[in-house]
Amino acid sequence: MKTPEEIFEHLTSQFGEDELSFESRDIGQPWIAVQASKIREVSKFLRDEPDLLFNTLMCLSGVHYPKEEELGVAYHLNSTRHNHSIALKVRVPENEPNVPSVESIWKTANWHEREAWDMTGVVFDDHPNHKRILLPEDWEGHPLRKDYVQQEFYQGIPTGE
Amino acid sequence: MTINMGPQHPSTHGVLRLELDLDGEVIKNTRPNIGYLHRCFEKYAEKMDDYSKVVPYTDRMDYVSAMNQEHGYVIAVERMLELEVPERVEYIRVILAELQRIASHLLGIGTFGLDLGAFTPFLYCFTEREKILDIFERTSGARLLYNYFAIGGLIKDVHPDFKKDTAEFTKTLRPVIKELNDLLSTNQIFIKRTANIGVLPEKVALNYGASGPVLRGSGVEWDLRKNDPYSIYDRFEFDIPTGMGEVGTIGDCWDRYIVRVREMEQSLRIIEQALDSMPDEGDVTEAVPKRIRPKEGELYARTETPRGELGYYIISDKSASPYRVKARAPSFVHLGLLPAISKGALIADMVAIVGSIDIVLGEVDR
Amino acid sequence: MGMLDKKYHDSNIIIVSLEKALNWARKNSLWYEQFGLACCAIEMMATAASRYDFDRFGILPRSSPRQADVMIVAGTVTLKMASRIERLYEQMSEPRYVISMGSCSNCGGPYWEHGYHVLKGVDKVIPVDVYVPGCPPRPEALLEGFLKLQEKITGETIIGEKDKDLEAVKAEIIDSNKDED
Ligand code: SF4
Repeated sequence: MKTPEEIFEHLTSQFGEDELSFESRDIGQPWIAVQASKIREVSKFLRDEPDLLFNTLMCLSGVHYPKEEELGVAYHLNSTRHNHSIALKVRVPENEPNVPSVESIWKTANWHEREAWDMTGVVFDDHPNHKRILLPEDWEGHPLRKDYVQQEFYQGIPTGE
Repeated sequence: MTINMGPQHPSTHGVLRLELDLDGEVIKNTRPNIGYLHRCFEKYAEKMDDYSKVVPYTDRMDYVSAMNQEHGYVIAVERMLELEVPERVEYIRVILAELQRIASHLLGIGTFGLDLGAFTPFLYCFTEREKILDIFERTSGARLLYNYFAIGGLIKDVHPDFKKDTAEFTKTLRPVIKELNDLLSTNQIFIKRTANIGVLPEKVALNYGASGPVLRGSGVEWDLRKNDPYSIYDRFEFDIPTGMGEVGTIGDCWDRYIVRVREMEQSLRIIEQALDSMPDEGDVTEAVPKRIRPKEGELYARTETPRGELGYYIISDKSASPYRVKARAPSFVHLGLLPAISKGALIADMVAIVGSIDIVLGEVDR
Repeated sequence: MGMLDKKYHDSNIIIVSLEKALNWARKNSLWYEQFGLACCAIEMMATAASRYDFDRFGILPRSSPRQADVMIVAGTVTLKMASRIERLYEQMSEPRYVISMGSCSNCGGPYWEHGYHVLKGVDKVIPVDVYVPGCPPRPEALLEGFLKLQEKITGETIIGEKDKDLEAVKAEIIDSNKDED
């Protein structure tokens, strides 16, 4: 079992400090911020390194940060072997929201990434089935963006009262 | 040939639509099509002007185990506030959560039998489930969706007869579980329809992020109540039942089913221990804060619901309403692995496989 | 079942108008379409199971819309589901009835305000005969809804049309929506 700090040290010894940083706020859990381009390599390393063995991706969530005009993706990983967990975070600009998909590493990501695309509009490169999942294909907009405006009609049916 | 199953199919447990590519009767590929019950939970959580107003919506996510959903959410917010919860509240919560686990498994098992053509166990299960709902109703006032857990405590104290009722119920359930085993678990027809079907190997299960009875059915001893204890679960003695391939292969439909049956017995053990050591006096509302404003930060809190790992990822920006709440629902993840385990199965077995992963569509679509 | 409770010692002939006899038969064998949408469906199942026992009113589940007399819309209707509900309704054979169970299908329920993907009332797409309020309604409430429907059926004339053409109803609803805006 390792603490988040130890995991971060282990990662920097492999990838250097340029693309990774350790962040925390007043309360809650810390996370490791990763450059979008590096996320797949880092994930693969986390999964396969014998001391880390993060064999499950618990959760993947998209977040919108309108102030910075950015979109974020948070990955929560867990290891059933070592019983430790860690959070990773990726931030990308709103106008170019491309993040490499980690579907090939954890299959859980397949649906979670589709959901993040559906809800916040993050684009996952190399995803095998990059489609909306909860909302219908012809829906307008991404509801979990803070500036989302609800469409008035969907296929002729009023969405409001 | 491609056929369509659902969204209004009697055995898809709600509004699930499956597109099946078939070769004769053999399933080549399954494409689950979800979202028919997307009720905007995460949007609602952001729009509420108070953390506690989200609780009723968590109820409606997995409506079969509403107590467990509330439990997960209040624990997450309490951790953000670094709040201590009174002893008595913890005990009541655990008892209610375990009762709910039993109720949920009863429903899951009953409908699983129903899908495979066994009507009687369904009625037996519902009779017992009603008894649990009676306890809940006397305590919280509602039968299905309770809104009973408050952040820092409970909405109100339990019914004066709560202990007596619960103790009585635990006594009546044990013989019923035995009956259920005789009636269903060892029934040859039932075994024929579930053994060696929908086999989920351990490696695939982990890679797909399975949890709860689905993961344990594949032989992995992983239960958050033991592996990442929350609330006061570290005080109780109980076992983690896992699938052992008794009638077929490890990780088949029967294994997932039997894990649920055995878990009910373990829940009974927890309830009995909790009833013994539960304090009789104490104000359950004393720690409930007037104003809930966590500091800036975020966390991911997970609990074990009847279906698996329920995680709430909450971001706070110091305001009175959450900045982002993401619910990681076990059913959502389990449905994602349906294509992997249904490949090569016969079309009639699809019903058994869907029943054995015990999904609730409210939680899949949120 | 009023008629059969009495004993008919002297004669085994009952004289009754055809309409009454048919209505009596219809109201006591209301077969409902077996499908659920959300939380309310669990209460619907509970109503059908051991304690509340739908069967004693002659209410049985049917898996196919073709064989069903009544559709219970039990739960939240989303926009993705709305067109399916409409199609299911069209597949039912006449005379057909709709019970809207729970606040969600009555008016959007807890999701009326920010529920971008929730239809605010199933009566926007299909005509509803009985509304059962509650979130979720208790099984007793659903039974009461069925009793209300039976009352309605008792008073019906079979030769007259039950409801107006669906299209006309829809047009009316959309018109009234426009007026409100
Ligand atoms: S009315 Fe309430 S119980 Fe029924 S479906 Fe809606 S939210 Fe669920």
